[in-house]
Amino acid sequence: MYEIVYKRVLNPYVTLMDIAAPLVARKAEPGQFIILRTDSEGERIPLTVAGYDRDAGTVRIIFQTVGATTKKLAEMNEGDSLSDFAGPLGVPTHTDGLKKVCIVGGGVGCAIALPIAEKLKRLGCSVTSIIGFRLKDLVILEDEFRAASDELIVMTDDGSYGREGNVCLPLGEMFASGRSFDKVITIGPLVMMKFVTEATRPTGIPCDVSMNPIMIDGTGMCGGCRLTLNIDGKRVTRFACVDGPDFNGYEVDFDEAISRGNMYRDFERHAYESACNLFKKGAENNG
Amino acid sequence: MANMSPKKNPMPTLDPIERGKVFSEVALGYTEEQALDEAARCLGCKTMPCVGGCPVKIHIPEFIEKIRELDFEGAYKIISESSSLPAVCGRVCPQETQCESKCVRGIKGEPVGIGRLERFVADWHNSHSTEAPITAPKNGRKVAVVGSGPSGLTCAGDLARLGYSVTVFEALHTAGGVLVYGIPEFRLPKSIVAKEVESLKAMGVEILTNVIIGKTLTIDELFEMGYEAVFIGSGAGLPNFMGIPGESLKGVYSANEFLTRANLMKAYREGSDTPIMKGGKVAVVGGGNVAMDAARTALRLGAEKVYIVYRRSMEELPARREEVEHAEEEGIEFKLLCNPTEILGYNNTDDSRDPRNGFVTGMKCIRMELGEPDERGRRRPVEVKGSEHEIDVDTVIISIGTSPNPLIKDTTEGLEVNRWGGIIISEDALTSRKGVYAGGDAVTGAATVISAMGAGKVAAESIHKYLAN
Repeated sequence: MYEIVYKRVLNPYVTLMDIAAPLVARKAEPGQFIILRTDSEGERIPLTVAGYDRDAGTVRIIFQTVGATTKKLAEMNEGDSLSDFAGPLGVPTHTDGLKKVCIVGGGVGCAIALPIAEKLKRLGCSVTSIIGFRLKDLVILEDEFRAASDELIVMTDDGSYGREGNVCLPLGEMFASGRSFDKVITIGPLVMMKFVTEATRPTGIPCDVSMNPIMIDGTGMCGGCRLTLNIDGKRVTRFACVDGPDFNGYEVDFDEAISRGNMYRDFERHAYESACNLFKKGAENNG
Repeated sequence: MANMSPKKNPMPTLDPIERGKVFSEVALGYTEEQALDEAARCLGCKTMPCVGGCPVKIHIPEFIEKIRELDFEGAYKIISESSSLPAVCGRVCPQETQCESKCVRGIKGEPVGIGRLERFVADWHNSHSTEAPITAPKNGRKVAVVGSGPSGLTCAGDLARLGYSVTVFEALHTAGGVLVYGIPEFRLPKSIVAKEVESLKAMGVEILTNVIIGKTLTIDELFEMGYEAVFIGSGAGLPNFMGIPGESLKGVYSANEFLTRANLMKAYREGSDTPIMKGGKVAVVGGGNVAMDAARTALRLGAEKVYIVYRRSMEELPARREEVEHAEEEGIEFKLLCNPTEILGYNNTDDSRDPRNGFVTGMKCIRMELGEPDERGRRRPVEVKGSEHEIDVDTVIISIGTSPNPLIKDTTEGLEVNRWGGIIISEDALTSRKGVYAGGDAVTGAATVISAMGAGKVAAESIHKYLAN
């Protein structure tokens, strides 16, 4: 069992937890992910590592409530335990030799981008961060990003906080003004990563994206996380769990990934709604 | 006096139509009467040809003799000297190509139902015996086993019996490997696997789940932790795809994914948190045991029609005969000498937000005929020109094998693999690294449960020899 030793609600949809998992904490690196189950009947869900404390033996996860499992997880509290927590899986984000990097995060993806920014900063790299959210109430980790970045731009879609517009706006302006980076690293919704990749493509700056497809075992067995890359004109199948989750954005077939990502949309919505109903009923009974 | 009936006692099974809707075990097992009658068919040949056909060399005539003496526990003891998983083997071994293929009774008539007798004995033991397994006193030496599938469990069991302190590291949340994620409930009930795992634990084997060797810990770290030898039985890895257009459409699964969702993640249960495509028309591409399992699972999940699409003929179809027969009885249609060329998907060009977009609608296939034998002697299928046609399906399950998992080779310096990524071993299961042994699908690519068990056994012997010196 893996105890939840710390919990913080970041916004109504996003929760942070530190989980006691010493073996995972010993090795975890930014960009890697873990697989967890809340209980012995639960599904396996992948979550990207949002931080770790090797001395305390804890791993930080930050997740958005989207389906039945994340809903169940968000209802758990400090002192509760998860039945399973395995990792670290996947290849860590490549940070070697980078001197000047632009990190573009969107929504809960910022939680995964943060440890990468922190690691780069620690390695002496100059970090420009652009983080985007739908509206003010959803902004997370701003202080932490400020500490990890040489320059921080906060965007909201509706302009209720920071600057109005999406993350591609300031990125495009930077490119237009002739600014260059060794690499752009982007993490967020697939559509956002697709547009960041397209905005970066004309500059020729390498652009890494962090893919978070549907997974089951996460260890290179089921193939559910496959995605298609276009490499030198050839379509090649890769597996996010063992080959990724980071990929060269210029090669990723985003449209296919977006389509595959909503394979179980109806099921998720249904499971989420019935979970909500259960909680509502429980609340009514208790009240 | 031997029972000279040319026919095996038939295996009692659930009704084919009824069972197509449920996940209960199909083969019900012999009654005591049937077992005694079948045991009486064994001639007790002095030369024991059947034993030669068994990858783990079970003393077959001896255990059958014990059945005849009504000493079922004695029969179990004889089997368990050679096999750590008798109840599993009795269910999933392809006996028709192993022990039973060598049986003298098979020359004129059907061979003795050795597999069915093995299952009878194991099930009898599991429901009657409370005896603790016999193990040698602990010798204080530690061995690590990577993976808790058939090869790992066998290796762990054999070493524990010899007195070693064995720790099994399992990547998933449940022990059993392919026995729990791959082979479905109706063929191998999970409670049977759990029981076999429990009896290993009773022998002192420690099983640590959620540890991925190659990620959480490396092989080198296992040695640093005091393990003196390591057995790698990490199993088959990533599923192969055909490389035809449409394989990333929604509704296309690898057999591994489909079966893992259904078995390990229990999507077959009402109200499960795990989504899976149910109902509609399903095509399973491939002809192995895994393909049969996927097809029969799809049927039980509520598919209205299930096809097996295989590019060779029934004769070359590699699945266990009994599974093919069961599948046919249940109404699964075999499209033989048929090869997919493209998977077709819905695409509303007027509305990119149409929720049906990207889902499978059909599969383009071409008929095949058998040409010249290839290097392995199997006749190579060749396309019949102009025979392209479409099958109307909603789900496609690709079951054409796997490639070894790269996690261990990528993190273990000096561990040699062949060009397919399979770990290279010597005859005694030793890898290119001192003290590191391997076996099962991680070495051979996808094969059978019993051959993996055989490999685990060989490795256990070699590890014992290595550590004794």
